[in-house]
Amino acid sequence: MHMADALISPAVGGTMWAVSGGLIAWCAARVRRTARENLVPLMGVLGAFVFAAQMLNFSIPGTGSSGHLGGGLILTLLVGPYAAFLVMASILTVQALFFADGGLLALGCNIFNLGFFPAFIAYPLIYRPLAGGQRSGARAAVAAIVAAVAGLLMGAFGVVVETRASGISELPFGRFVTLMLPIHAAIGVVEGLATAAVVGLVARARPETIAADASAAPVPGRTLAALAVAAALLGGIGSWFASTHPDGLEWAIGRASGAEELAAPAGGIHKRLAALQEKTAVLPDYGFAGAAESETDPEGAETAAAWPAVSAGTSVAGLVGAALTLAVALAIGLLLRAGANRRTATPA
Amino acid sequence: MDDLGRLDTPLHRLDARVKVLATLAFIAVVVSRDRYAVSALVPLALYPIALIAVGRLPVRALARKALAAAPFAILVGAFNPWFDRRPMAVIGPWTLSAGWISFISILLRFGLTVTAALALVAGTGMHRLCAALTQLGMPRAFVTQLLLLYRYLFVIAEQAGRTHRAARLRAGGRAPRLRAFGSMIAMLLLRSLDRADRVYRAMRARGFDGRIRSPRPLRLRPCDVGFLGGCLAFFAAARIWNLAEMAGRLIVDGAP
Repeated sequence: MHMADALISPAVGGTMWAVSGGLIAWCAARVRRTARENLVPLMGVLGAFVFAAQMLNFSIPGTGSSGHLGGGLILTLLVGPYAAFLVMASILTVQALFFADGGLLALGCNIFNLGFFPAFIAYPLIYRPLAGGQRSGARAAVAAIVAAVAGLLMGAFGVVVETRASGISELPFGRFVTLMLPIHAAIGVVEGLATAAVVGLVARARPETIAADASAAPVPGRTLAALAVAAALLGGIGSWFASTHPDGLEWAIGRASGAEELAAPAGGIHKRLAALQEKTAVLPDYGFAGAAESETDPEGAETAAAWPAVSAGTSVAGLVGAALTLAVALAIGLLLRAGANRRTATPA
Repeated sequence: MDDLGRLDTPLHRLDARVKVLATLAFIAVVVSRDRYAVSALVPLALYPIALIAVGRLPVRALARKALAAAPFAILVGAFNPWFDRRPMAVIGPWTLSAGWISFISILLRFGLTVTAALALVAGTGMHRLCAALTQLGMPRAFVTQLLLLYRYLFVIAEQAGRTHRAARLRAGGRAPRLRAFGSMIAMLLLRSLDRADRVYRAMRARGFDGRIRSPRPLRLRPCDVGFLGGCLAFFAAARIWNLAEMAGRLIVDGAP
């Protein structure tokens, strides 16, 4: 589920970085104020634990395939949502840096998709009410499954929204959703079972390690405020997606307002269409994605006819130039390497 | 990657902050191109190639890491030719649809961004990288978390590997079933918690106060500033103009 930089636009990547960065700073402040003394090494070790656990597969009964743990919910149950978010963020950062699993610009998106939803939505709003005070047994297992599924579905939906809003992939929203959501629901069930199994065992063997809910008992107002912010953000991102997807709409507007039949009744319709157009154009001062879209889409219709004729020359020059610049880059690279070898090969 | 970070090459000697900023700018420039950009992206390959060359980084190992991360992006990108069939380019006898062009663009973006990120980390090392992040404004608690995670990752992964191998041997070579997996992970977790406790006591005994200090203060040298300036200028040029196309036109038409 880790997003790569290849599918992302600077606007989406930058915004999600801002959101995740803000969340990291907020959680870091909360964690620093915590009374739990050994939290710092605990977070480090638990991060390593979840990282390692993610590398272990188990067989999924009845399917013959194998799956692995995500970890967001387990972390939240062990150290509370703020520390869990930081730990998840650190795991994703190390995965992006050292294993190229997820892009650097997309790291903000990944941290939000895989950290925010389990820690701040699935845990307080689904797990805690469902599980009561229990951490082992059937009730806790059901709560874990529902919470894990919800968290993964929200994360998967986040991936779809962010990818569509970036405009690099052509996959239509509906089909993307149909592909992502069922798979992640299934993964969520398995993750919930694994979470319940692990937490249940730990709760029976070492009950004091399960986070006392005191550290994770937010004032109801604060949770609502956080939810409102999240909703506004998701709405904002959703409306980006809505307005950068006007391929058919803008074309239709262009056709409609340019067509002669509408000249006479233009009053009401024209005003409404203009207002609509204003709404769709309002968002993207946000950046390249919007600018690129409006470059390629409205002109796409007009220049479609012109494309094949113009591009023949452009593409040949482009190919030749690409090959040439790549050759130059490789040559420079070889020269640099030779230079570096000579400089560091100094005799003692 | 850990070993690569400890090499001593001109790349490793560059200030870590400068490398981080240059790489982030690089990634931003690559992804800011519109979805049909192909030849425009190629000149930017100079940056990761130069990093790998100057840092004497092993190309094949990095390529393997990059390929291991490829599946999701490639899978999503592979839908593009399916959905976007407008003809877009004519090269000799072949006509390429817009979908194929955007798919190639996605592949290029992936290659460029992933190799740049890997080159950054392999050419800097975790400790210098975290010191740079702290100085660039990342919250200290988070950087401490990164360093601790990095430190214990190898230890616990090794332990997990041993436990997993034992479980697989008992399960006859297949992946263990869910219940066995659950108790295996729970054992790993309990051992990790004990280890965390020991680590905590050891750190307190050595005077840990919540901050990890870096041994050498980072200082900017003229070559660091020069490197950053040169990179930013190059990225700006590659973003504003299509350098490949200009070069190609020079050859094909005799004028840029």
